[in-house]
Amino acid sequence: MAITEARPEAAADQAHGVSPRRHPIVEWLTTTDHKKIGIMYLVNSYFWFGVAGLLAVFIRAELAEPGTQFFGEERYNQLFTMHGTTMIFLFIIPILAGFGNYIVPLQIGALDMAFPRVNALSFWMLPLAGITLYSSYLLGGPADAGWTEYAPLSEGVGAQGNSIGIDLWIVALLLVGTASILGAVNFITTIFNMRAPGMTMFRMPLFTWTILVTSLLVLLATPVFTSALVMLLIDRNLGGSFFNPANGGIAVLWQNVFWFYSHPAVYVMVLPGMGIISDVLPVFSRKPLFGYKAFVFATAGIGALGFSVWAHHMFVTGQVLLPFFSIMTFLIAVPTGVKFFNWIATLVKGQITFSTAMLFAIGFLTMFLIGGIDGVFLASPPVDFALTETYWVVAHIHYVLFGGSVFAVYAGFYYWFPKFSGKRLKEGLGKLHFWLQFIGFNLTFFSMHILGLLGMPRRIQDYAPLKDWVGLNQLQTAGALLIALSTAPFLANVVMTIRRKDRDPEDPWEGNTLEWYTTSPPPAHNFDSLPEIHSERPLFDLRHADELTVHSDATTTGAR
Amino acid sequence: MAVVDTASLQERPASEHHKPGGISTSLLGMVLFIASEVMFFGGLFGAYFTIRSAAPHWPPEGTPHLTTWYAAVLTTILVSSSVTMQLGVWAIRRNDSRRLMLWLAVSLLLGLCFLAGQANEYRMLIEEGMTLSSGVFGSTFFTLTGFHGAHVAGGACFILIVLLRARSGQFTARYHDTVEMASYYWHFVDVVWLGLFSTIYLLR
Repeated sequence: MAITEARPEAAADQAHGVSPRRHPIVEWLTTTDHKKIGIMYLVNSYFWFGVAGLLAVFIRAELAEPGTQFFGEERYNQLFTMHGTTMIFLFIIPILAGFGNYIVPLQIGALDMAFPRVNALSFWMLPLAGITLYSSYLLGGPADAGWTEYAPLSEGVGAQGNSIGIDLWIVALLLVGTASILGAVNFITTIFNMRAPGMTMFRMPLFTWTILVTSLLVLLATPVFTSALVMLLIDRNLGGSFFNPANGGIAVLWQNVFWFYSHPAVYVMVLPGMGIISDVLPVFSRKPLFGYKAFVFATAGIGALGFSVWAHHMFVTGQVLLPFFSIMTFLIAVPTGVKFFNWIATLVKGQITFSTAMLFAIGFLTMFLIGGIDGVFLASPPVDFALTETYWVVAHIHYVLFGGSVFAVYAGFYYWFPKFSGKRLKEGLGKLHFWLQFIGFNLTFFSMHILGLLGMPRRIQDYAPLKDWVGLNQLQTAGALLIALSTAPFLANVVMTIRRKDRDPEDPWEGNTLEWYTTSPPPAHNFDSLPEIHSERPLFDLRHADELTVHSDATTTGAR
Repeated sequence: MAVVDTASLQERPASEHHKPGGISTSLLGMVLFIASEVMFFGGLFGAYFTIRSAAPHWPPEGTPHLTTWYAAVLTTILVSSSVTMQLGVWAIRRNDSRRLMLWLAVSLLLGLCFLAGQANEYRMLIEEGMTLSSGVFGSTFFTLTGFHGAHVAGGACFILIVLLRARSGQFTARYHDTVEMASYYWHFVDVVWLGLFSTIYLLR
């Protein structure tokens, strides 16, 4: 049954201020439309994903054998620093904000974000930050003290830290941080004040809920990182001594302020992913999400607890209260566990369709579970003492951020691509993409658990030619190439689908949430009309209006 | 099938569209932005207290003497400017835009007096040899008060813009969100200073 509203006339768009005379390039460069900005977020972030992925291939090429192959020690330090920084700050955080930009106003029935011009400003800071960060390759070498830039390494002492690279790193991250904070203000205001009539907080789609909690985390944590960056900048350039023990400063203070942001940032990077999964799983199981409110409270719980676990990154400094941060870290696994029950119970007895979006969602469930469990090991200080700075940590972060966030990003992309373009991506190529990536990912990163248990330290460019180490490293290099290869069918799929002439139905998946009520792609003003909203699944209610009429009439008459 | 016509929602620009009874969209945005600013200063204060708690003497030996009475005068000036700012807000709520302009001008003047006073204090301290790079006390002192001063300067620009807009008659009792936003920001800057004054000057 077609319940999506009719495609509006072109005249309607012109009436809403979209000038047909403007050149498309000018239109895109000056737009304040949340949908166009959302697309630009996705494209820009995916570009940096490619750049950082290339750096990862370089890292794996160097580690394919013991000894020095392609990169010396200093180059190698720069590689893993830039890989981590780019993936986290220019890819994962912005791409999830990109989905938020496109989808959140549609899901709550708003016409745009609350502050469209601020929205455009937030976006444009990101390519600027990317260029700033990478200009360091031309200006004497990029940052090289790891994406965490621990003081005193980053303070300008010794060979590391003297480069202008770290200054550019600081400036780039100040830009990304400001973009994030402004974006968070925009999301929270939009969600609080711009919801359609009938769209109460507890009827919001779960993706919108996770963007709300994420934005609160960004709003309260990112400014602390800004203060840390400012202090580091002052130390390096104006002779300050915040992190310089020789002048009365404290080096470990950097770790405290850095992780006070960067641990909540982990949830910034994964909560929207969980939201995507929670919108995708019900659609392809033909069931509502099991335990909507439990999921919302678990999300809020993760957000709140996320502020009390930062020092588990600092167990080996000997400067933190181990029992407290250990207990809190174990505790934060509980709301995540609640969500796993939500998701699994949603699948049980559902009519499951294994579309590509669903495959990536299930990939998220399995991979993020492994990432969660190997993280819980590290919550125990004695285990952490043994495993910290080994490949176990590298395995953990990649299971959470690649197995978790990236799989969710792809799930969201395959699910919402028809909304962006009016056309579904090809399922065959999509499934090829999924399986190549899934196998490549596990080859690369599962073996890192074993490598970590065998004691191989991370962030080294050369290693002892032990038989087990060499074998596992070669396996990982092969896996990394497979991951790189898996993006080929994806990109081919996107290009072929965009060039295809015919259109798919407006609501190809029979979605439940409000973004599927309007046309695909939506008109500039999003909606010509909005349905009455009585539940968290307004489109399901519409589709089954006939069956529901008797029941709802009875309740409304009863209420009167 | 009953539907809500979105045309009625489109008559107002997005930034002004809010639910009756709730906080207006632009004010909510301001409050959230201020929350992020609080966390920014929270990071700097956290650094100050961490460094202070580890120092054997505070302020470290050889630090020039900070004149508390001088800072107290600056505090009085800034707190009064908050009061005058609020008088301006109350004036426009009564639709008195002439009084609004008067109080905005007074607040702006007091803000500039504060900045001039702070610049003079910086000059005296630098003459006595205390700079950003003279040691950890100088680093924390100039960073914290410097970022606060920058926020006062930003707030003063904000007030100036509001004043110019008030001159062209843009505000009424019904429509003056920007005036309220400027006052929220100015009060925030004031409260941060009270924190700084008590931390640096009073809590020896």
